[in-house]
Amino acid sequence: MSPAQDEDFVQLLTPSGARTSGEYDRWVEDVDDNVLMSLYEDMVVVRRIDAEATALQRQGELALWPPLLGQEASQIGSARALRTDDFVFSSYREHGVAYCRGVDLTDMTRVWRGNASSGWDPFEINMATPQVIIGAQTLHAVGYGMAIINDGDDAAAITYFGDGATSQGDVNEAMVFAASYQAPVIFFCQNNQWAISEPVGLQAHVPIARRAPGFGIPSVRVDGNDVLATLAVTREALERARTGGGPTYIEALTYRMGPHTTADDPTKYRDANELEDWAAKDPIARLAAYLEERGLFTEDFKASVKAKADDVAREMRAGCVNMAEPETMDVFKNVYSSPNSWLDRQQDHYARYLATIDDTAADAEGTK
Amino acid sequence: MSSMTFGRAINAGLRKAMENDPKVVLMGEDIGKLGGVFRITDGLQKDFGEHRVMDSPLAEAGIMGTAIGMAYRGYRPVVEIQFDGFIYPAFDQIVCQVAKLHYRTQGKVKVPLTIRVPFGGGIGSPEHHSESPEAYFTHTSGLRVVSVSNPQDAYTVIQQAIASDDPVLYFEPKRRYHVKGEVNEDIDLGAESMGSARVVTEGSDVTLVTYGPLVPTARDAAVAASDDGVSVEVIDLRSLAPIDFATVEASVRKTGRLVITHEAAQSGGLGAEIAASITERCFYYLEHAPVRITGFDIPYPYSKLEFHHLPDLDRILDGVDRVMGRTNSLSSLEG
Repeated sequence: MSPAQDEDFVQLLTPSGARTSGEYDRWVEDVDDNVLMSLYEDMVVVRRIDAEATALQRQGELALWPPLLGQEASQIGSARALRTDDFVFSSYREHGVAYCRGVDLTDMTRVWRGNASSGWDPFEINMATPQVIIGAQTLHAVGYGMAIINDGDDAAAITYFGDGATSQGDVNEAMVFAASYQAPVIFFCQNNQWAISEPVGLQAHVPIARRAPGFGIPSVRVDGNDVLATLAVTREALERARTGGGPTYIEALTYRMGPHTTADDPTKYRDANELEDWAAKDPIARLAAYLEERGLFTEDFKASVKAKADDVAREMRAGCVNMAEPETMDVFKNVYSSPNSWLDRQQDHYARYLATIDDTAADAEGTK
Repeated sequence: MSSMTFGRAINAGLRKAMENDPKVVLMGEDIGKLGGVFRITDGLQKDFGEHRVMDSPLAEAGIMGTAIGMAYRGYRPVVEIQFDGFIYPAFDQIVCQVAKLHYRTQGKVKVPLTIRVPFGGGIGSPEHHSESPEAYFTHTSGLRVVSVSNPQDAYTVIQQAIASDDPVLYFEPKRRYHVKGEVNEDIDLGAESMGSARVVTEGSDVTLVTYGPLVPTARDAAVAASDDGVSVEVIDLRSLAPIDFATVEASVRKTGRLVITHEAAQSGGLGAEIAASITERCFYYLEHAPVRITGFDIPYPYSKLEFHHLPDLDRILDGVDRVMGRTNSLSSLEG
């Protein structure tokens, strides 16, 4: 059995939507019907965002999109546990986390349309620009956590990364630093079973969560398709971080139902049966079943969630296709925070060059 | 004014910066109780505490990456890379993160990070302890790169680097740590830009451009050349990215001849950039092609041979002879 199939993990909702009970119940005691319904809505909305963005890519409006399909519960459950003053250092697939942090819907597509290198101002939502270099952001989260200690604050940093990233030196160094300084950091690993075409077995011979105790960091495996369970384990980790207990490592077992990005073709490397197996553990369907059992999954509720998702998708699409184009000379902006003689000269020369082209065009216009 | 060694001057500059701004924190290997392997941070942990002078695990990428995280929260970290040759594990964090975050975030995230790097050879050390990796970083947009050659500049520029909102690599010529000089500790940091070059010795026949460890060597070469009837103007660049080409250009327009010397390997190095830029800017003022006197394109050699690799006074003078059209080691080739 590969580490991916080892189902020794925290689970509060079974794939069929049955509520189990155990030691983690206390972390979700306050989750009432309204919260359950809002968790459902968030998951449906981000799945819709994902589908809309994928469509935008197919229609040529986005250059690329890394879908989160299948990982909704990992992202919504963990992100909903956070406080506004906590800080997120994520990878590039955490659209669900970004949604929970309140990212403007137009900003969600800005990077993928090629209109900016960062969709948003990190300090407006306390979420760093999603990181492209695999695992690099884990160190930033730890440094941020070290600064929290220096400030005597009770905020926390959370970093999201995948199973592939766990092979990176940066992630391992981040665990060393986090343990040494007892930084208030949550390592949230979404083990989605695939690093592009490489199965998790190529990254790890034992469950990935087992590595953390070797660094002196407590770890927990959680059913990443169970939004209640991911909420519970993240709350526990945050509590530890806020009370001086240091870092926690969470391995959320989930599945990347879609391609790595819209440029990828998973049929070349994985079995369709695997997809079917995971479809049966779908995070949204199981919460729907639980809501149904509680008499909450009414036609009105379903209609209101659908309307919300449609509105969000419509707004995101409109923001995307109507996005203002960047100004030409923006290419030189913000490399440095103060004037730089090398770059200023290049900018000046390029402006002169562009002016000659404009003149040539104007001359050509004049001779017609 | 007080007299202090180069190393002590950096220490005094760090202390001043830490006194002036509680957000200045130091991180590095062995920098706490030990004060660093070169004692540059001597006494600082004792005076500022373990939260501001942090001994770090032995992981350079970890040091750099966590320093970035601290910068996100408003800190101004100063990190020490123990030796030049140990900087490469941190290369990804420096090039992909430190250098690019400001551009990536349209200026929202500033990384006012200072990376101190003892660099250069001449101390008889084994491999990885004597390198001159500055060109890797001068080629990377988003970084500022400086090197200092005397105690006063060491004291002043370290404070300017820390005050800069841009990340700065601060290259310290470790073989000059013991050199003594006068330091004015009340100097106005705003009086002179960190990016400006300095004319060390005025001259009219040859412009000799260098930085860091070779500035004293270049100055000695200028004295020797003058005994031989050649007037050499020595320029200490101080800033390697960007280079103050206005100062170099003004000098070359006057002298018509340019010699560049650095310890780093020649090909693709700073000397090439300087030669190309000055040729572009004042081609018609040049009496001779620019000449580079540099380390060879070799891994840093074992110490018994390092003084063949390092430019010295005589090799620099040979370069001066070349641009002067005098008999020199390559005369037979120039036939």
